[in-house]
Amino acid sequence: MAAAVRVQNLSKRYRIGIAETRFRYGLLREVLSDVVTTPIRLAKALTGGRTRAIHPASYIWALDDVSFDVEEGNVLGIVGRNGAGKSTLLKVLSRVTEPTKGMVTIRGRVGSLLEVGTGFHPELTGRENIYMNGAVLGMKRAEIERKFDEIVAFSEVEQFVDTPVKRYSSGMYLRLAFAVAAHLEPEILVVDEVLAVGDAEFQRKCLGKMGDVAQQGRTVLFVSHNMSAILRLTQETIVLKKGRLIKRAPTQEAVDFYLASGQAETGERVWEPDEIPAAAAPFRPIALRIKDRQGRVIDTVRSTEAVTIELEYELGAQLTGLRVGMYLSTMRGEYVFTAFDVDDAKRYEEFGVRKPGRYFSRCTLPADFLNEGRYSLGVNASSFGVRRYFMDENALSFGVDVSGAPGTQWPEMRHGPVRPRLDWTIERAG
Amino acid sequence: MAKSTAILRQPETIHIRPSAGLAALNLGDVWTYRELVFFMIWRDIKVRYKQTFLGAAWAVIQPLLTMLVFNFVFGTIAKVPTDGVPYPIFSYTALLPWGMFTTALNTASRSLTANQNMVTKIYFPRLVLPLASVLGGVVDFAIAFVILVGMLIYYRVTPTAAVWTLPLFLLLTLVTALGTALWLSAINVQYRDVNYVLPFLTQFWLFLTPVAYSAKVISERWQLVYSLNPMAGVVNGFRWALLGTDTGPSLTMGVSAAIALIVLISGLFYFRSMERTFADTI
Repeated sequence: MAAAVRVQNLSKRYRIGIAETRFRYGLLREVLSDVVTTPIRLAKALTGGRTRAIHPASYIWALDDVSFDVEEGNVLGIVGRNGAGKSTLLKVLSRVTEPTKGMVTIRGRVGSLLEVGTGFHPELTGRENIYMNGAVLGMKRAEIERKFDEIVAFSEVEQFVDTPVKRYSSGMYLRLAFAVAAHLEPEILVVDEVLAVGDAEFQRKCLGKMGDVAQQGRTVLFVSHNMSAILRLTQETIVLKKGRLIKRAPTQEAVDFYLASGQAETGERVWEPDEIPAAAAPFRPIALRIKDRQGRVIDTVRSTEAVTIELEYELGAQLTGLRVGMYLSTMRGEYVFTAFDVDDAKRYEEFGVRKPGRYFSRCTLPADFLNEGRYSLGVNASSFGVRRYFMDENALSFGVDVSGAPGTQWPEMRHGPVRPRLDWTIERAG
Repeated sequence: MAKSTAILRQPETIHIRPSAGLAALNLGDVWTYRELVFFMIWRDIKVRYKQTFLGAAWAVIQPLLTMLVFNFVFGTIAKVPTDGVPYPIFSYTALLPWGMFTTALNTASRSLTANQNMVTKIYFPRLVLPLASVLGGVVDFAIAFVILVGMLIYYRVTPTAAVWTLPLFLLLTLVTALGTALWLSAINVQYRDVNYVLPFLTQFWLFLTPVAYSAKVISERWQLVYSLNPMAGVVNGFRWALLGTDTGPSLTMGVSAAIALIVLISGLFYFRSMERTFADTI
């Protein structure tokens, strides 16, 4: 059988950090020196920036010499921790970004469930967005027309198909978006973690759809952090680590290897020296951890228990006005909160100047706070209005288990990222 | 199963590899995605005047108000020579293509950054975005054109026999707008400075274009230099075709058209060669 996807020596290099930290939060002095050097930069920029001196530390290889084939009709699992290169691989395969080296040969149309709802416009109705989104995904008008009823039925938004999607609940929006993408019928389907969203019933439908696609002899690439889904849906799996392919084996074997090699989601993110942009100095992140009350690093947070989030870092020089903080967001990219370690005015006074040395900034997420699902933690170290030293928007992801949380006697998905234990009273008025 | 007919056709083979040197234009790719161009235009039009009280009337109000202001400043106060045409219709004839040009230039130059999530998440020829923005300007033009017809009747101006050439000048406007926007939108991906440059650019360009005044006030020996601005050719052409001013096709207009083409072709190559890094740098 012919290979549907052939990846040969694929490498992708990214430039990190420097431009952002320099221009967004420039000091006045830097801004002025900027003005002086503008003509030179302008000349360089217009020639495509290729004349810029290459500073090795400001590049990272998100993919490093990756090669593999996928036979037509196979379902291939892709696992690896955050930053291993899974998303970059899918981005290259779906032609969003170009590789730096190597080649990919693909036979057929690639459909991606990476980013459902791209091209959706809130002002347009469900019907209009189906056409728009279908066109964005490369469907022909006739094809969309043929599948229209099926898409609407699958998404379960029949009554609202002529309502602007800005009036939709996030669940409806997502279902509609997924329905369009799922009906693209590509020869090669790329799925990334999308199963982590939506209610249980809808998730089952999505898995079913993926199964159908595979049974029709099409090829599926499936990225997930969920080992049981990987085991259930794939025959073969590849393991990525820091951009390299370190294992390819039948799924059971690959998952065992992955779990045993200790790089599965561990509730800890350690920054290696080559992952830190030179521009971050003097700030050097060391590790981000999630710990339970006993101080053990955990990868799944129980909603009913408080957990501590800890960022360990080192300062190579004295810093004034430093704020170290984090973003918590859902896997769909909605922010849950942003908080800094010196948000408290008194603490800001106390730590206005931080001497060189190793630090821990810790905070506690209270019990009865998060709803079930996967969340992503980002970290940020900056001095307000002066400079951003370091930022990693997706440093660590973790799952939340809600057993024992309020309302779990009903096996249903509750909307919203928080699951508070509210103080209810019920009063009979008459 | 009827559903799976799509996969029965012989799948095409796609090679993904780093592109080197001057990127091939590969315009066939854009043709494959022509329906997306159509849908983008349609979406922009549907959304453009949403939640405005006056709706599509804005397409008329904008050039009309500008015309009134121009009429007051240049027609009544400064008494600019108008080649024997009433000032309101003299300026409105120019404001039509000019309005379309600035709208197209502005939206197209921002089209990549405005559709950032599409660019970073999905593959399609990026050229679709500026192209759709530029073509979307034609709709506003058509609406505002109705007013022009009304004015022609009111001022009893009979369009010349050359009125059939209007689409050509319309095309020249689109080519100029697209060519410039290709450069600016590609630069805008990395340097948002373009957002600050655009207002100045359109303002200066307005002064360099015979919208408020007649191109005849430029002395003979500067005409050739003046025509390096393709929009000068457009405005002269519009007045010639509709009002019968003697600013018709000539060597200078040929220069205008040639410049517009050069900008478009160079813009296409520049856009294509920068395209490969759009998703990474935007």
